[in-house]
Amino acid sequence: MAKVLEMPKLSPTMEEGQISLWHMKEGDPVGVDDLLAEVETDKATMEYRSFDRGTLLRILAPGGSVVRLGQPVAVLGAPGEDIAALLASLLGSSPVAADALPLAAAHPPSVADVVAAPPAGPAGDEPPTGRAKASPYVRKLARERGLDLGLVSGSGPGGRIVARDVEGLPEAVPAPAPRPESGVLAAPIARPLSMMRKAIARRLTESKQTVPHFYLTIDVDADPIWSLREQINADLAAAAHADAPVIKVSLNDLLVKASAIALARVPECNAEFTPEAILIHRRVDISVAVAVSEGLLTPVVRDADRKSVMAIAAEIRELSSRAKARKLAPSEMANGTFSISNLGMYGIDEFAAVINPPEGAILAVGQVRREPVLRGDAIVPGRRLKLTLSCDHRVVDGAVGAEFLRALRALVEHPTRILLA
Amino acid sequence: MSQLRFREAVRAAMIEEMERDERVYLIGEEVGHYQGAYKVSEGMLERFGERRVIDTPITESGFTGISIGAAIVGLRPIVEYMTWNFSAVAFDQILNNAAKLRQMSGGQLRVPIVFRAPNGSARQVGSQHSHAMEHFYAHIPGLKVLAPATPADAKGLLKAAIRDDDPVLFMESETLYGVKGEVPDDPDFLVPMGQAAIAREGRDVTIVAWSRMVHVALEAAAVLAREGVEAEVIDLRSLRPLDETTIVASVRKTHRAVIAYEGWPYGGVGAEIVDRIQRLAFDDLDAPVLRTSFLDVPMPYNARLEQLVVPQASRIVEQVRKVLYRA
Repeated sequence: MAKVLEMPKLSPTMEEGQISLWHMKEGDPVGVDDLLAEVETDKATMEYRSFDRGTLLRILAPGGSVVRLGQPVAVLGAPGEDIAALLASLLGSSPVAADALPLAAAHPPSVADVVAAPPAGPAGDEPPTGRAKASPYVRKLARERGLDLGLVSGSGPGGRIVARDVEGLPEAVPAPAPRPESGVLAAPIARPLSMMRKAIARRLTESKQTVPHFYLTIDVDADPIWSLREQINADLAAAAHADAPVIKVSLNDLLVKASAIALARVPECNAEFTPEAILIHRRVDISVAVAVSEGLLTPVVRDADRKSVMAIAAEIRELSSRAKARKLAPSEMANGTFSISNLGMYGIDEFAAVINPPEGAILAVGQVRREPVLRGDAIVPGRRLKLTLSCDHRVVDGAVGAEFLRALRALVEHPTRILLA
Repeated sequence: MSQLRFREAVRAAMIEEMERDERVYLIGEEVGHYQGAYKVSEGMLERFGERRVIDTPITESGFTGISIGAAIVGLRPIVEYMTWNFSAVAFDQILNNAAKLRQMSGGQLRVPIVFRAPNGSARQVGSQHSHAMEHFYAHIPGLKVLAPATPADAKGLLKAAIRDDDPVLFMESETLYGVKGEVPDDPDFLVPMGQAAIAREGRDVTIVAWSRMVHVALEAAAVLAREGVEAEVIDLRSLRPLDETTIVASVRKTHRAVIAYEGWPYGGVGAEIVDRIQRLAFDDLDAPVLRTSFLDVPMPYNARLEQLVVPQASRIVEQVRKVLYRA
């Protein structure tokens, strides 16, 4: 008896998925747990494995198709089984099938000369196959750098992704494309929304429109935490073994730990709003914003209040490298209780971050500024750091937010407490 | 170093090798009393006498066969054709005797012989006299095929060819004979066969060429440089054996290649190079490899039409823009 395979729920928040690549073709035998396809969700590229045994009789959603949850993607059955009636019923029950195959129908493959002039605009030239059309060199770069070609729009003929799309040609090659005459509006470059970009747009719009944000900023003395970090790293380097990689602790690692301690002390900031009740979490799971190509991801450091700074440092290193390769499982990005976003490395003094729902607050970390400070009656060179807390006012009132920041300041300005807590 | 024209460099190579080894002799139509159809062998009859600089009747098959026989029994002939077009009459001798006898005799026979002549397009010599013959010969195992672009390489490669113990075909060019260049005077200056040269370094695209087309490719590279495109020009020098190492290393750097040559687009050495690149540098290609060749027609006599059929710098530039996706 043939069975219809449907788009599975591969991340807690996905509503639709894009089949990025089929690993099976029609007629292939399928065993339990065999890899059927890769599906790009709003969070990551996930493996779609079979729960059943049989023969893949028909692929309904070819590579590249965007399919809503629960809609059919393929038919599994016995070899040679007649599935005409089943297919008819599936096709009859549109919009299901129609929805499942929009890209294949809308964009027939280009058969133009392989090196014909590039199309006027790359938008809409996404090839119908799940395999993004890309030059061999681009595929090599993608393998080496962990690029997701599904997120790149190609400027070559037929939408082929060529080297300049992933790295830009050497600066010495000027674009000969003539600027339109003045008075003519040049068409913008359209970049199709990736699943990640759609998720960012949806969630942050929802956050800014439904969560009443307010912001509290403190400016702390960063000399102690700076010195502590230097001392820790000097000690680590001195103690390093030849065969083990040198681990370094960053300011961010210390701030994640400090925030976790402060949250344990002021649990009202470690909370979530629901229409019935405010949920005060009994775990401190900190989401760390990681910039990746085409967007950002927020892997979660679980129980950060109970982990050592070294453990947090190692974990963040590992999570961010997998985030950049888009190899994080959705569960590793879900159920955070508080977020930290750090733009200090980009030279930002201070900023206000958008809350990552359903969390109740997010801490925005600026750069450590070298500037004259007052010590006693003397002006001396010092370091300062601005920390801005965005709070969901439904959960966190101003006084509570201030209490959290006071606890955080005490830790940052007396950083051995971060290590001792 | 001396400033020599291409024809003088070829002559110097022959004179030096004939003085070095008395088994070497020159044979062909008009090589003696007429001083060479293109004056390549000027003065050589006076210098070496009629026994070693031999005028023949118009009998390519005959003097080719006789010379292959002479090579088998111990001499080292240099066979000059008036142009490579006329070697077609002697094709059977080259294909079935020169290229085969060492293998078919189980190594008992060697054929140390050099065939040389101008090759490719000249100016308005008509379709039957404008062939790029290297493609036919490079197809044949047992032959070496050389096609230098500069006087120094002409001298060094021809001397290496004369000293080689197997048949070597040496492609010159009527329109290159007057080109001047620095040429080493050292009588033992040899250019090894099977090694390409980088005629111009660049990072954005590889242009592979040989013989006269190297100069056209350099002209194209100069045009491209004004657009900010740095083309690397490879002067192949030797078509068989082929220096795929240099080609692949360059494509690994530039990720794009255009092959520029005289000869028709169907098959041939250009297609062979494309095959090597796609096989050995597949993962480094950002665009399909393109070729600039003769158009796929017999060469027109009409001067303007001939210019359309023969690759010009502008056509190479056009192909380069395509592989850069800037056409």
